[in-house]
Amino acid sequence: MTYIFDSSLPGLLTAVFEWFERKPGKVVLKSTEIFQPEAFSESFTVATNSEKADRVWAGLQKKLKKDWLRKFYCSYLSEIPEAYNHLFQFTIYIFQNSTGAETNYGNEHVIALAKYAKSVEREKHRMEAFIRFQHTADGIFYTGVNPDFNVLPLISNHFKNRYADQQWIIYDLKRKYGLHYNLNTVEEITIDFTNGVNSKNPSAILLDEKEELYSVLWKDYFKSANIVARKNTKLHVQHVPKRYWKYLTEKQLS
Amino acid sequence: MSFDRIREKLNILADAAKYDVSCSSSGGTRKNDNKGLGDSHSSGICHTYTEDGRCVSLLKILLTNHCIYDCLFCVSRKSNDVKRAAFTVDEVVELTMNFYRRNYIEGLFLSSGIFKNADFTMERLLLVCKKLRLEQNYNGYIHLKTIPGASDELIKEAGLYADRMSINLEMPTEAGLKLLAPEKSHADVIKPLAFVPQNITQFAADKKLIKHVPKFVPAGQSTQMVIGATPETDKDIMYTANAFYKNFSLKRVYYSGYVPISNDTRMPILGTQPPLLRENRLYQTDWLMRFYGFKVQEILNDANPNLDVDIDPKLSWAIRNMQHFPVDINKADYRMILRIPGIGVMSAQKIVQARKFGKLRIDQLKKIGVAYNRAKHFITCADSPYQLKDYQGTQIKAFILAESQSKYLKTDSNQMILF
Ligand code: SF4
Repeated sequence: MTYIFDSSLPGLLTAVFEWFERKPGKVVLKSTEIFQPEAFSESFTVATNSEKADRVWAGLQKKLKKDWLRKFYCSYLSEIPEAYNHLFQFTIYIFQNSTGAETNYGNEHVIALAKYAKSVEREKHRMEAFIRFQHTADGIFYTGVNPDFNVLPLISNHFKNRYADQQWIIYDLKRKYGLHYNLNTVEEITIDFTNGVNSKNPSAILLDEKEELYSVLWKDYFKSANIVARKNTKLHVQHVPKRYWKYLTEKQLS
Repeated sequence: MSFDRIREKLNILADAAKYDVSCSSSGGTRKNDNKGLGDSHSSGICHTYTEDGRCVSLLKILLTNHCIYDCLFCVSRKSNDVKRAAFTVDEVVELTMNFYRRNYIEGLFLSSGIFKNADFTMERLLLVCKKLRLEQNYNGYIHLKTIPGASDELIKEAGLYADRMSINLEMPTEAGLKLLAPEKSHADVIKPLAFVPQNITQFAADKKLIKHVPKFVPAGQSTQMVIGATPETDKDIMYTANAFYKNFSLKRVYYSGYVPISNDTRMPILGTQPPLLRENRLYQTDWLMRFYGFKVQEILNDANPNLDVDIDPKLSWAIRNMQHFPVDINKADYRMILRIPGIGVMSAQKIVQARKFGKLRIDQLKKIGVAYNRAKHFITCADSPYQLKDYQGTQIKAFILAESQSKYLKTDSNQMILF
């Protein structure tokens, strides 16, 4: 039996609700995007329902402590197709067992969630580290990113707390939405890049005249801080995987 | 400020500061509650890594590389023929603010050569901190180097604005230090190191009485020793580190493999490779002391004054103490599980949680993250293969080395491979 859902979080939670209503035995959860009808297997399309979803979420909140609710949410943000199914099975497992079942690292869904969450948290941490703002002429600090996972919801608070006295935009170019902090709140925005704005680099967005100075100084600094006698490219690349280089001011040729 | 001049200054003063290896931005507790710029991230953030693989978290610069002293191990020493430069206080403030705003850095690491005298220098460092905190509303991280010989009042005031303060032991023993820096002594370092914790305690006590006591060096103190410039053993180094951790509640001791910068005959000659593997082994030992419950005497003692080169200190201890093994994964104390080669803190914690649900098997251990090929020589679990004969420690070492040939013998990397 396959359950199909719309890949939203409420959809996933509704699927759990439906399973407990029907108790259809073994079920695999797939999102509409990857579902391919098979001739001999039954399927059921979950109709996302926020009331049902809320009830499941409230149930989870009773069963799980904060750290595991976070792991749950992070696994969801991974957007990995198999993660959806693990989340589904994990939730059923948690409801069917007494409190504390999430520490059973011998269970495949527990360990799977722990792993997804770890990857997503790593990506979140890397975004917090590797984002480089450019100061635009209209005074906003801008960056465009391309994260593997949907981590913007996870990094929003960090940037809001830290850069409280400057306006900033972090734009997810892959998922086509961004966060804009307007000195009070963080709002979700979409930018239309069609009228000549280069998405990688806001080159058509006019940069502040001092921007050049500080990016050059930063590149200089990066070079000076290196100790040539200790060169270790392998370690360097391990810490800063090449796919992140495009963000890094210090990695751009001057 | 002129573009070229500021570039030149930054190049000189960042270059001179880079030999101080500490770059941690951890332990800060400052919150951005005045709607200013910046806050501290408790575990710190590395914003990039140098091509030698070290974390870049802070803008690490000297205020000036002019110095009245002549410490042999230092590039800024008086007798060294290098270009000199000095930042103004405002230049440092502006650089810090602008780098921070672009998410380049977690904060500032400010040190200085000693110009005129210790207090004159310390006053200027203090001024940078005050301007950042009071004028710019800056709440990012500040690591300030204490200038040896600066007066108590200045150190105390600086402690109100800095997150971390450090002062370097430089050489692991007094004898080593005297050899290379005759004007310095460990006593100069010990005085401020002892002074800061007294104040931290005092401020903590005041806090109970008065509400708005400012933070005093919230991220604590650290120090650094240069390794391999003088002939100390690993035992000398780690015993000194251990004593300083204990006596001055230091947050970190850093071990910096000496990079030859001088032709003086008392020092390793120019072109000698920095002892990166040794540095790595010392850090591993430091971790074993701080997070794995080892006493320094268990790892280094008169019979074993130096760490093994070919294997890490945890494995080395296990092999010398085979009487404690094999350890039963499903029964042993957490404390003992931590001591098994191939099992780190995270895996050990997961093991003690998971085994409540049933005896753990090999495949589960692997999923939990245990380096099973290494650990298997030291453990039994639910489905361990029956072992006919007990292997000797030396045999196990040979097995492990054969298996991990490529990884552990090609030791040209200074990678932190932690067990
Ligand atoms: S006092 Fe400090 S800066 Fe001056 S030579 Fe000695 S170590 Fe270098």
